[in-house]
Amino acid sequence: MKKLINEIDNIVDEMLDGMTAAYPNYVKRLEGLDVLVRAGGSEGKVALVSGGGSGHEPAHGGFVGKGMLDAAVAGAVFTSPTPDQVYEAIKAADGGKGVLLVIKNYTGDVMNFEMAADMARDEDIEVDQVIVADDVAVENSTWTTGRRGIAGTIFVHKLAGACAEAGGSLADVKRIAEKVIANVRSMGMAVDACTVPAAGKPSFDLAEDEIEIGIGIHGEPGVNREKLSSVNDISDKLLDKIFAEGIYNAGDEVAVMVNGMGGTPLMELFVANKHVHEVLADKGIKIYKTLVGNYMTSLDMEGFSITLLKLDDELKTYLDAPADTPAFVQV
Amino acid sequence: MSTKVYDCISKIGDTIEENKDFLTDLDREIGDADHGVNMARGFHAVVEKIPKDDANIGAVLKKTGMTLLSTVGGASGPLYGTAYMEAGKVMAGKTEMTAEDFSAILKAAIAGIQKRGKAIRGEKTMLDALIPASEVFDEKIAGGSDIVTALNAACEEAEKGIEYTKTIRATKGRASYLGDRSIGHQDPGATSATLTLETIRDFLKEE
Repeated sequence: MKKLINEIDNIVDEMLDGMTAAYPNYVKRLEGLDVLVRAGGSEGKVALVSGGGSGHEPAHGGFVGKGMLDAAVAGAVFTSPTPDQVYEAIKAADGGKGVLLVIKNYTGDVMNFEMAADMARDEDIEVDQVIVADDVAVENSTWTTGRRGIAGTIFVHKLAGACAEAGGSLADVKRIAEKVIANVRSMGMAVDACTVPAAGKPSFDLAEDEIEIGIGIHGEPGVNREKLSSVNDISDKLLDKIFAEGIYNAGDEVAVMVNGMGGTPLMELFVANKHVHEVLADKGIKIYKTLVGNYMTSLDMEGFSITLLKLDDELKTYLDAPADTPAFVQV
Repeated sequence: MSTKVYDCISKIGDTIEENKDFLTDLDREIGDADHGVNMARGFHAVVEKIPKDDANIGAVLKKTGMTLLSTVGGASGPLYGTAYMEAGKVMAGKTEMTAEDFSAILKAAIAGIQKRGKAIRGEKTMLDALIPASEVFDEKIAGGSDIVTALNAACEEAEKGIEYTKTIRATKGRASYLGDRSIGHQDPGATSATLTLETIRDFLKEE
C-alpha cells in the first residue's frame, strides 16, 4: 500500500484539521470532535446535519456552507460516526428552528443517527430525519436492509439545503428532501477497488480486464463482475438499470450527476458524460443541469456513478438557488 | 479490590480480545471485516473507563453501554451499547445480581436490541443466539435450577443459535446485500453474543 499518510489512526483527525485550515471562512471544527459546522453558525434557520464514514470526500464536510449543510460528522474510514458525535453536531447546528438529519441508508448510520436524534429530543431540540436510498444496484425488498445511499445524497443536501436557506420550516425542508429522494436514482461501477488504509490491501481484486458493476461506496463488491468494455457500453448498463425504475420518461427534465469515485480522471468522467447526454437526448429526456466531478468518492477507487434527478418547477428553483460551500459553489 | 461487576466485564473484554481476529474473519465473509476490531476497541475503552470499586452494578453497566456507544461505531456500537444500557436500567442501584435479575437483564437487552435494530428472530443476527438463550434460562430458573446451571443451558441454546444462523440468509445489516450467498456462514454478532454469555457463565461458576 502506497499512501500519503502519517499515522493510520490519525487520518480523519488530520484531514479535518487540514480542511478547517483550508476553508476557515466556511467551516470550523467542534473542539475535540470530528464535526465540522458552518463558521458563521446557523442561527434562525432549519439546520441540515449529515455525515457518515470518512473516505467519501468532499462528502460530507465539503458541503457545509450557505445553501447546503450546517454540520457534517466524520466517522472512521467507512465506519458510521458514533451517536455522541452526531448528537454534538445536532446541538451545535441547531439554530432554534429544528434539525433535519440526512442519513444514507446503511444499518450503522441509521442506528447511530437515530440514537443521536433520541438524545437531542431529550434536550427538547426538534429533530427529524430522511434516509437516502438511491442505489438501484441493490434490490429493494423486504428481504434486505434496502438500497444504499450513494451520490444522490448530494442532491438532497443541495435542494433541501436551499429550502432551509430560503426560510423553510422543518416540515418544508423535510418534504423537499423526500421529494428529491423519491426522484433520484444512481448506479456505480469500479474499474479498480479502493484500499482502506487500516486494511492495507484492496477491498477486492480485479484482473486487468475486469470491472465491477453495481458497487457501493465502501469498497464492497458489486452485483456483477464483467469484462472491461467501452465507457459508452458501461454507461449504457448503468443507465438501463436506472431507466428500469420507470421514473424517467420522454418529456421529463432531469439533473445529471456523473460522479467520480476518487481515482478516475475528470477526462474519463467527461467522456462518460458525453454519452449520457446522447442517450438522454435519444430518449427525449431534457437535461436541465449537469454536474461532473468527484462529489461522493470511495477513497482511491477507480470508477464512477451516474445519478439522475427528475425535476419539476419547485425542485428546479431549489437546484438553481445559490450555494457557497468548499466543494460546491453556485452564484 | 475490584468489584465483581468490574471483574466480569473485564473478563468479557479479555474474551473479545482473544477472539478479535476470529470475529473479524467471520465478518469478512459476509460483512465488512471489522466486528472483532471494533468490539475490541470498545472494550479496551470500557475497561479503562468503568470504575473498579463502584458496587452499583446498574451504574457500571450503564457506563459500559455509554462507552461502547461512543467507541465501537458501525452497527455493533448502538446494539451492544443499547443492550448494556438496558441491563443497567434493570440493575439500577443494585449491588447484587440474582437469577431473576439476570433473566430481566436478558429480556431487557433483547428488547433494546430489537427496538434499535428493528430485527426479529430468524434474520441472522445476534437475536438468534440471545432469544433462545433467554427462553431456556427462564425455563430452567422456573424449574428450580441455580443461575450457573441455567446459564449452562442458555449457552448451549446460544451455540445452537449460531449453528442456526449458518442455515439462513441475512435480511438485516450489510450481509443482507449478499442474498443467498450469506447462507453457510455463521453470524458474527450471534457469535460475539454467545461468547459474552459463556464468559459470564464461566465467571459465575468460579465465584
